[in-house]
Parts: sequence; structure tokens; C-alpha cells
Amino acid sequence: MSYLEYTVKTVPGGWRKALFLNWPLIVLLAAVACVGFLMLYSVAGGQIGTWAEPQMKRFLLGLALMFVVAMVPIWFWRNMSVLAYLISVGLLVMVEFFGSVGMGAQRWIDLGFMRLQPSELMKIALVMVLAAYYDWLPLKKTSRPLWVIVPVILILIPTGLVLTQPDLGTAILLLAGGGLMMFLAGVHWAYFGAVIAAGVGFVSTVFKSRGTDWQLLKDYQFRRIDTFLDPSTDPLGAGYHITQAKIAMGSGGWTGRGFMQGTQSRLNFLPEKHTDFIFNTLAEEFGFVGGVSLLVLYVLILVFCIISALQNRDRFSSLLTLGIGLTFFLYFAVNMSMVMGLAPVVGVPLPLVSYGGSAMLVLMIAFGLVQSAHVHRPR
Amino acid sequence: MRRTSKDSADSARRITRRGMILGGVQLGFATVLAMRMRYMQVDQGEEFRLLAEENRVNLRLIPPARGQIFDRNGVVIAANEPAYRITVVREDAGDLESTIARLATLVELDPSEIERAIAEMQRSAPFLPVTVADRVSWDSVSRVAANAPALPGVNPEVGLSRHYPHGEIYAHVVGYVQPVSERDLARYEDPDPVLRIPRFQFGKIGVETKYEDMLRGRAGSKRVEVNAAGRVMRELDRREGEAGADLQLTVDTRLQDYIHARLGDESASVVVMDLEHGDLLAIASAPGFDPNKFVRGISYDDYGALQGDERAPLVSKTVQGFYPPGSTFKMVTALAALEAGITGPGNTVWCPGHLKVGSRRFHCWKRAGHGHMNLENALMQSCDVYFYEMALRVGIDKIAEMGRKLGLGAIHDVPMSAVGEGIMPDKAWKRERWNQEWRIGDTVNCSIGQGDVLTSPLQLAVMTARLATGRSISPRLVRSIDGVEEPSRGGEPIGLNENHLRWIRAAMYDVSNNRRGTAYRSRIIAEEMRMAGKTGTSQVRNITAAERARGVTRNEDLPWNRRDHGLFVNYAPYDNPRIAVATIVEHGGGGSSAAAPIARDVTLQALYEGDPPVEAYPTADRDRIQELQENLRQRRQMAPDERTSRA
Repeated sequence: MSYLEYTVKTVPGGWRKALFLNWPLIVLLAAVACVGFLMLYSVAGGQIGTWAEPQMKRFLLGLALMFVVAMVPIWFWRNMSVLAYLISVGLLVMVEFFGSVGMGAQRWIDLGFMRLQPSELMKIALVMVLAAYYDWLPLKKTSRPLWVIVPVILILIPTGLVLTQPDLGTAILLLAGGGLMMFLAGVHWAYFGAVIAAGVGFVSTVFKSRGTDWQLLKDYQFRRIDTFLDPSTDPLGAGYHITQAKIAMGSGGWTGRGFMQGTQSRLNFLPEKHTDFIFNTLAEEFGFVGGVSLLVLYVLILVFCIISALQNRDRFSSLLTLGIGLTFFLYFAVNMSMVMGLAPVVGVPLPLVSYGGSAMLVLMIAFGLVQSAHVHRPR
Repeated sequence: MRRTSKDSADSARRITRRGMILGGVQLGFATVLAMRMRYMQVDQGEEFRLLAEENRVNLRLIPPARGQIFDRNGVVIAANEPAYRITVVREDAGDLESTIARLATLVELDPSEIERAIAEMQRSAPFLPVTVADRVSWDSVSRVAANAPALPGVNPEVGLSRHYPHGEIYAHVVGYVQPVSERDLARYEDPDPVLRIPRFQFGKIGVETKYEDMLRGRAGSKRVEVNAAGRVMRELDRREGEAGADLQLTVDTRLQDYIHARLGDESASVVVMDLEHGDLLAIASAPGFDPNKFVRGISYDDYGALQGDERAPLVSKTVQGFYPPGSTFKMVTALAALEAGITGPGNTVWCPGHLKVGSRRFHCWKRAGHGHMNLENALMQSCDVYFYEMALRVGIDKIAEMGRKLGLGAIHDVPMSAVGEGIMPDKAWKRERWNQEWRIGDTVNCSIGQGDVLTSPLQLAVMTARLATGRSISPRLVRSIDGVEEPSRGGEPIGLNENHLRWIRAAMYDVSNNRRGTAYRSRIIAEEMRMAGKTGTSQVRNITAAERARGVTRNEDLPWNRRDHGLFVNYAPYDNPRIAVATIVEHGGGGSSAAAPIARDVTLQALYEGDPPVEAYPTADRDRIQELQENLRQRRQMAPDERTSRA
């Protein structure tokens, strides 16, 4: 198997490259996507045309894009990083003015054949530009304040734009993803310590001010934060959905209620059952066993990314692969925490499983980059 | 971009180290997620499973069939009949306007109803059926069913509704049901959930309300699966309810119907009581009203007409109407005097046409006077002065005590609405009520059932029954509940001297059988059925001295509502009493002319199985009786419902 042929010293050429792809990773991605098709078929009440079929087409398109991206040498993509970042920022600005409003937020641009969410694109572009930046930056300058400011600005611009849409979930993913990229690149611990300390200090000051005469936020703002952090204080409004989601998940038990037998999703008690809360249907119908299986698939994808990255001696490739793995992790970790009631509901889809075009395609392109880095690694 | 090899190697190490750290953190978090999943799904799984079931399963009530009400012979008085309604489901109806327009060509639809229904449809969930036509005929339903393909979303539905086949004759006794209201619910501390069903029928007056809790029955239930929007997906299981208890009343529909026919347009009431168990064989108040109109929802105009009618069809006169008993009270005065040992059958009083008490003159109805009167003659000819004298001797308290013993001034336990107490006045009552001392004139007035004495027809019937039996017999309206017989109300002996009662009864016999008796014209010819009774006339107006001097205006010349009430109480047969009857004809004139003939006809009708032979009546009445019987036969042949719609 070519994956194991470490002895090959030269980058293979032509179609032979395909043999050197990280095939186990592709199999894992396909397996996760199949879980997605199955669940979309189930939540549509046994209709394949509603969600499952469009999702399959997108996955096939994504798979094709992945191969194309994988065939192109990784140094081409490194050179494209800044351009990709600028285009993404440009699209985010455009969406601000011309975007369509969906679910109360401006999020996509209608391209005719598909709706493009620039914020999804931005997740990858940011990882690319940060990887390229740290590839370019001499290592000893990494922790110098001036050279730390640059990536911070690179992160804050798209984060701010996404936040105004408003899309809190994506903004958190961008901020966390960018920050962790800097951590991976070797920025000194002290910066992170300082930022975390400042953040904690600020938040606790705001909350301590509550009820005193120097209160920093209005009462209704505090109440909104309360509801956001703990939806059960508003059982008929925001709390209703998360309560129903937890009931769906919990009622699955060990082995679930059976395929297409989940009452919470079939009877529409579950909100957003084909997008953000699709994991609850899985957990309801296949129980703990089903839920953990998907989690294991995700972790394996993560592990393959990390192994691939750590084997790669090219700094850009390594950073990029780790960054994409990280983004993928943030996706499913935030989504699962949210649907299990561990985190506030912020609107992050379950990667490769939730119904949605942009996220699927962008993720497949991202794994194309991972494959390209894998194929074109220096040997 | 040039890089030294040392630089590169250092970078690779740092990425490796931090990559491992981050990878470890990621795996750790994945473990946390798995543990959370285990906690929710395995440890708390049962609780969440229960919550999911609670979400999914909805309990729906199935209304129970209301208990039916029968008369003593098993004739249905209150029945449940299928009620058809037509509902429309918005989401199935397609173009709502045109569907309803098509429906309107088949069924008569009220435009305002349609407007209301469309507004309701737009408010409620699209899958909920909304009633567009209630209580439609079977014909309409079958037309709708036959045209079902052209009427998407239109469904005929069937439920049960109360129906009173005999219409007005039991309106005051059985009452009616109407959709349950908030006020009805307020009666209960913890209302039966079935009462929350919209438009559930609830007893509003009469037996329907007094036995509401027994008649209602117990609701069944079905468990259905609903989705988040409340739409029923399927039925899981059902438990049938329990129909309400059937009631059998003591009334006899043939007799009740006869009385209403006999009373015609009079504003009158008749109570017929059986003397064995106290069964009320008939308790009729005329005019009546059609209770079915109230069940359906009576129109404002119809209700206004009922309320404005001077003959008060809405008033249940038998138990709610209170009248001065007039001369029918004289038995009470006489018996009080006899029991006190003040008088005897041979004792006489001189009647010059009036009695002077202090400075006031109390007149006898016969201005010329009756001359020497003993007990028998005084009752037979209804001489007032004799009873003035007796009352003055015995005193009001003893009279009132006797009245109460005989059932006056008391609420009798009959499951009808607005059963009243009336007034049996005495000294204590006057002090309490008016804060005045009792005056001798009051005693004189009360002795002949005027003044403050007020009695209902039911109380007079009880009084007559007790005189006839000597027992404290009480009225019974419900004979059995779900086949279980109610206890007899025949009563124990009151403890009156049997001789005294016999003298009173003999005098009452003379009232209708002695040539000089006030009700002789209304006597019964048939030997074995002869009745004993007493006439009464109660004044609605005061007769002033000036008027009396001019000569009292004859009743026929007065406007209807100022004429005297005619009363008659009787029991029969005299030798072996089986029934007691009290009759009051409002503004009918005298008791002998207005009430006695009706009472005699009713008595005969009650005593004979079927129509009594004309030979039982006096010759003068026979033609009229024959005609009435012929009318009645025709009336009975008509379907009861046709009669109702005419009424």
C-alpha cells in the first residue's frame, strides 16, 4: 500500500499520485458522510429526496473537488493562501451588503447553483493564511510582539465581520481556530496566559458588577446572558428546544429506539433536526452505541490528520494539516457539547453529517489540502 | 525564503510537541463527550424515556352517554339522539371559499356561522376540524356524504345530544341541558375533566341539574400519539367510558300529557300525588315551553317572548308559584280547632254574613249569611264566619302548627329547581319578618287562607294527601335510579285523632257530592270513584268597603290579571283513597267554576286505566268530555315530535 511506502523519495508524478493519497482518511470521511445520509433519510420520515439525495450529490461533488485539490502541489496552495484570505474577506464584506437573510442573519450569497456561505470559506482561508504566515516568518521572530500583532489582526478582521452577521458560532470557531494555530506555530505561552487572564478578569468584573451601582451592563442584557448560558430559565422559549433535544438524546438509552423509530424527531419535537440537532436523532435512534461510534469515526479522522502532520517535515503542510484537523475538531466538539446541553446553542453544524452545502464542500476542499500536503510531502 | 536546517529542525520539534499536546487535549475532550453521552443515555435514560412518552402521548376524553330519564311506565322523557354536524379541515379543503360555497348548495348554512367558522379556521392549526354546521338533519348528512369527492376536507360527524320527545309537558320537571359554562364549573372544587370538553351538555334546571352527577356518567379515554404541533398521528389504545345512570320518575306521561291538553291556554298548575308511596303521578305547570329550544340554543326573540308572556311559561308554578290557599285552608283551621277540643261536629256558629272583631267587620263571601253552621255545613258551603270564629278561639299558633304538620310552609324534597317554602305565618314569624306584634285581624284573615298565608300547589297536594291518609306522606319524584328502587315516602301516622279526620273527610265529600256543596257541579258520578275535595278562591286584589257597597264586580268583567285565582284540592276515591290532587288556575275566577272541573277530569283520568267512561261524568259535561277525549286520541296518534314543533 502506497501509504506505507515511506521509502519513495521523490514526489510521484501524473495519475500515479492518486495511489499516494491518504486512503484510510478518505474511507473515514465517506463513512461519516454515509452516517449523515442515513440520518437525513430518517429525519425526512423515510424520504430520500428531501435531504439525503441532495446531500449525496454534494458529497460526490466535494469528493471530486478533494481529488482535484489533492492533485495540485501543496506549494501552489501555499502561494494562493493570501489571495484566498483576501477573497474570503471580500466575500464577507459583500455578504454584509448584498447577502440574503436566513434565520435572522445575513449569511449567504446566492450564486444561482448554490448558496455560498463566505464564513465557511473563511474557516479554511484563515488556517491557510496563518500557516503560510508562520511558514514565511523566521522562527525566532515568532514570539516578538510586532509579529504577534499581525496574525491577531488577520484573525480579528473575519471574526468581527462574521459577528456582525450575526453568527456567533462561526465567530467562536474562527477565534478559537486562529488562536490555536498561533499556539501550534510556537507563540510564547505568556501571550496565551495573558489573554486568558485578561478575558477571565473582564468577564468576572462584568458579572461582579451586577447588582452594584457601577453595573456595566443593563439588567435586560444580564438576563439575556442568563438565558443564553442556561436556557432552562426560559423553558417555553429558548429552553424548549434544548430540553426537547436532551429528551431525544437521553431517551435513546444503550442501543436506541431503532432506525426511524425516534419519536422526538419523527413527531417534530426536535428542533432543527436535519441541521444542528441531527446528532440527537442519531443518539435517539441508535443510542449510546450509535453516538459513540460516530464520535470514534471523528476521532480517527483527527488522529489520521495529526499523524500525517507530524510526519510531514514541511512547516506549511504540517501547520495546515494540524489547523484543518483542529477546525474539524472544533466543529464537532462545539456541536456535540451544544446538543448535549454542555454549551449554549450557538448554531454550529455537525461536520459532514448536518444538511448544508457550503460546510460540506468547504470541508472536502480542506481535506483536499490535507491530501495534497500528504502526497507532496518532502521525502 | 531561506531557512537554516537548524531552524527547520527546531520548528518541527516545536510543532510536534505542541501538536501532541493539542491532540491530547482533543482526545480528552472527545472522552468527556462520550462520558456525557453515557450519563445522559444510560444513567438518565429512563427519565428521558418517560419525558419522551409524555411528549408523545396525549390523553383524549370520550364523552359518556348521558343517563336517560323514563316515566313510571318506561316511556322515554329525556333521550340521547344522534346529533350530526359538519366539520371542515382547512388544510384538506383546498380552496376554502369555493368548497364552502359548494357545501352551501347542499346544506343550509347560516352566513354568520360561516364567517365565524372561517375566522376560527384561520386562527387554529390547519389540521383541526372546525364545525361549520351543527345539528344538521340526516338528509343533509347523507347529501354531503354522497358528494364527498367534490367536498375535500368536509366531514360529517356524529355525537349524542339530549332530546326531550315530549316537549313542553316536562319542561319544568325534567328541565334541560345546555353547554357547560364557567358558572357550572364553579360549582365543583375539582371538576370532572369531561366537563372541559367544549359544548359538553350539562343539566341547567330541574331533574337534569339535581341529578347531574349521576346522569353524567364517567368519561372514557383514548391515548393518542401527537406530534409537536398537536396533530394526532394515531390512536394507541382506548378505554370505554361508563354511561350515566338511568332515572325512572314517578310521573305518568299519559296523565301529564292529558293535564296539559286539559289546561289548554290557562295559566295553571296541577299536582297529582299517589297515596301509597307519595309518588307524584303528574306535576304540571302550564303553559310550558319547549326545552329542546334551550338545548339547541334559544334565539333572543324566542327567549324574550317567553319572558314577556304574562302567563309566565318559564315559571315552574307547581313548586315555585305561591298563592293564598283561600278556602282550601279551612281544613287546617277546622282540624286545629277539633284537636284543641274547642269544637265538635255538633257545635254551631251563627253566620249573619259578617263578623265584627273589634271595630273591623270581616265579611262572609255570602253577604246574606249562612245562618246556623256546624262543621260539616261550614266546610261544604265554605262559610267564612264559622272559621273566623274557630280561629279566634284556637289562636294562630295552633293553626300554624297544624298547617306545618300537614306540609304547609315547608320545602318538600323534590328534585326540581326553585322549590320554595311558602309562608305559614304565626306570631314569631311576624315579629321576625316585620318586627310587628300579631294582631287579631291577622288571625281572622289567615283562618280562611288569606292574609300572609302562601302555599304552592305541591304543598296543597301534600296537605290533601295527609288529610286523606292520616300519614305524614311526602312527595317522591324519582322512583328508581339505575333500576334500584328509591325508598317509599308513604310516611308514618301523624298522630291526629282518627275521628276528627273522618269528620273533615265527610265534609269534604259533601263539597262535591251534596247538592249544596260548592263543587257539586263537578262531582263524579261513578260510585266507586267518588271524590272528596274543597274549593278555594284567593283574591288578587283588595276589595275596598266602597266597592263592596257598590256590589263586588263580577270576575268576568275584570281584566284577566286582576281576576281571582281558582283553587281546588281533592282526593279520590273517597272510600279507598288512591290519589290526592291540587289544582290552581291563575286568574280563573272561583275555585268551583275554574278549578274543580279540571280537578275532577284529571282525577278520573288518573283513576281509570285509559280514558274513563263518559258515564263517570255528570250528564251536563258528557258532550264536552267526549269531544276532549276524541281530541286527545288524535293528539296521541301524532308523533310526539310533531307536537313539539307545533308547541
